[in-house]
Amino acid sequence: MSPIHPETELHNPQSAKIPLDPHLKALENEAIHIFREVAAEFDNPVMLYSIGKDSSVLLHLARKAFYPGRVPFPLLHVNTGWKFPEMIGFRDALMKEYDLDLIEHINLRGAAETITPFSHGSALYTDIMKTEALRQALDAGGYDAAFGGARRDEEASRAKERIYSFRTPDHKWDPRNQRPELWNVYNGMIRKGESVRAFPLSNWTEVDIWRYIQAEDIPLVPLYYAKPRKFVDRDGMLVWAEDPRFEPLPGEQVQEGMLRFRTLGCWPLTGGIRSHATTLDEVIAELEIATVSERQGRAIDRDQSGSMEKKNAKDISDDRFRSRRRARHHFRPAASRACSCRARHASAPPDHLR
Amino acid sequence: MRDTRPLRLITCGSVDDGKSTLIGRLLWDTKAVKEDQAATLHRDSGKQNDLGLPDFALLLDGLQAEREQGITIDVAYRYFATDKRSFIVADTPGHEQYTRNMATGASTADLAILLVDARVGMLEQTRRHATIASLMGIKQFVLAVNKIDLTGYDRARFDQISHEFRELALSLGVRQITAIPVSALKGENVVYDGRASMPWYEGPTLVEVLELATVRSAQTVGFRLPVQRVSRPGESFRGYQGTVAGGSVKPGDSVIILPSGMVANVTKIVTFDLVRNAAVAGDAITLVLDRQVDVSRGDMIVSIDSQPQTGLAFDAQLVALQSDGIQPGKRYWLKSGSRRQRVTIEPASQLDLKSGKWNPAQSLPMNAIGKVHLSFDEQAIFDSYEQNRTTGAFILIDPDTNNTVAGGMITGRRSSLSGIHTEDSRVILSLPADLADQILASELFASRREEIELRRVNAGRAAEIFDGIDG
Repeated sequence: MSPIHPETELHNPQSAKIPLDPHLKALENEAIHIFREVAAEFDNPVMLYSIGKDSSVLLHLARKAFYPGRVPFPLLHVNTGWKFPEMIGFRDALMKEYDLDLIEHINLRGAAETITPFSHGSALYTDIMKTEALRQALDAGGYDAAFGGARRDEEASRAKERIYSFRTPDHKWDPRNQRPELWNVYNGMIRKGESVRAFPLSNWTEVDIWRYIQAEDIPLVPLYYAKPRKFVDRDGMLVWAEDPRFEPLPGEQVQEGMLRFRTLGCWPLTGGIRSHATTLDEVIAELEIATVSERQGRAIDRDQSGSMEKKNAKDISDDRFRSRRRARHHFRPAASRACSCRARHASAPPDHLR
Repeated sequence: MRDTRPLRLITCGSVDDGKSTLIGRLLWDTKAVKEDQAATLHRDSGKQNDLGLPDFALLLDGLQAEREQGITIDVAYRYFATDKRSFIVADTPGHEQYTRNMATGASTADLAILLVDARVGMLEQTRRHATIASLMGIKQFVLAVNKIDLTGYDRARFDQISHEFRELALSLGVRQITAIPVSALKGENVVYDGRASMPWYEGPTLVEVLELATVRSAQTVGFRLPVQRVSRPGESFRGYQGTVAGGSVKPGDSVIILPSGMVANVTKIVTFDLVRNAAVAGDAITLVLDRQVDVSRGDMIVSIDSQPQTGLAFDAQLVALQSDGIQPGKRYWLKSGSRRQRVTIEPASQLDLKSGKWNPAQSLPMNAIGKVHLSFDEQAIFDSYEQNRTTGAFILIDPDTNNTVAGGMITGRRSSLSGIHTEDSRVILSLPADLADQILASELFASRREEIELRRVNAGRAAEIFDGIDG
């Protein structure tokens, strides 16, 4: 076996951090390589920034890629006016702390027509305030490359997306006509008006994202952590009820309880989950247990998680995979499934605009 | 320290061999299937198999839908992990345009799983897949003899197929070969062992082989840093950013900048959180040198005692990826590492995948594998692909369409009399390879590398050449 990374790193006195494990290191190296390649090959790149966990990882990697220099491109946040105020506060503090250039875009036409998730339904709202807004912002900036945080493991149709994903002048993605991508040699040649979406996190899985956040101590919006929050239960979706614009539907009771969010977006479309996880370790631990419970097809008492495994002989013989599986995925407790899927569907821009 | 870098692999085989079932089984038994996907599978289990399990092929649904819409299927990437390591699978369809797609998937793969149906045995297709995989530089093969349950777990059958395959692989120069009797459908010898059905098989399961496979890295060869960009955040700092493509580097090392040939010493290796005292192949770094030298994107910083080849003419093998093929005499863009330059291609021969023979060719159609001559206007910098899979690899871009039209692998620099005075006296030596390597590594030799022509051949061929000169 070839020699592995030797223990050669001298700790900077300012940063007494444990070196990344080789798996995360390899993913990090690949992402940094992509960042540098795009920054060098394109005239006017931008980074799409949504404030969520994947964006946070993406931003961290961008800062690493260009250190000791500044991140040589602006961040673009498509705002809708309906984001959680905590997201905006977090964003603004971070931009200041890291000395980053932020471009915020709101679809003024949509805002003037008061397109809201309540008045126009989530589909139309998303189309105008997100999809159309993103197109406006990209056109206005004349960007020839846009970094995004999409991962290939997110869904089957993304499994064949390239790292450099070519877009026509009207921002269309043609999966039928993708350029072959061999080795780590990326083809950045485009005509005027055409552009490329670049995905440095293509080969990351969801668990890689969480493990990297943990290993690198990357700050996240506090919404990912539980605290007492006011909400209503709307068909199983726990809708945050603290915004002045919130109006309960007839029969809805505003409750208060420990709540956190798995995905972040516009608060009317993003369901929370009941949780007591107030730290990253607790979030990950909670989600691991929820996964096992789901897999077993029944609710599980946390205190019995050890005994649960003993009940299933196959799972015991499966011991060598257990730790990985537990760490592996789907931070998606059963109770939140329906609402988080809905929220995700509503908040994800259509494929051709990713 | 255990190697936990992700292993990249490619699966070769067709739907008939049970490839979807095998990949599905790998994802399922390593719990890589997401809950919503699992729920969908259970819901859709109208297509359940007779074991009461979901149809694993449904896991790959995204592509299935595209197939129905008539969209060209190419390469999809899939992810799974055990507690030992994680895996990236390049999943390519086995039939149409397999050369193009396989070449793409194989370009980053360290290992190939070749799938055969135990009832059918080796096919011409198996030979083609193995040939392409070995051409793309894959040194580790796993033969999965699938549907072994349908032969009644016939050991003699398995032994016969694996023997045939071993001979094929060895003829291609691949020596790391593992053959495994598998039932992907029943999950035998994929993740869980199949001892209950096949007590005669005492070897590893497929996943065990993958866990122990080697992730190749070019750490043993000379230091290579293709410069992606120059970082100048202020007057006081000037760093060269890139990913180490070979060997290692530490402060104090003497390096040479190609193509200019200027020499400098490394003073610092900078990364975001650590000032490092060494960097190895794969590391994304920022290098600081001890003097003002002219370095720009596309240059390569290399070790002084083990340099790549530079020149205006190289030989390569390539795979034609687009319907226009590769036209003789046409000027393409060539990109290798961070370096992009104009090149003219002259095809010499094309590989007949059926017979394994190279036939003379003037142009190369789509999906062809060919040997070509490359001619450059400006100095090109390469290692052979055999020695370095990064600095020996390139893509060709059609300037008319901007599309990627070929993937190529350098075999060596081409002899050319230009720059050499034809009347100067020369000596042709034939040396044992190990001795030649020692001499090549010496400083004197390295300093005049430009003037030296080198061919690696076997002893028989060397004798022939000498006979030719004498005769």
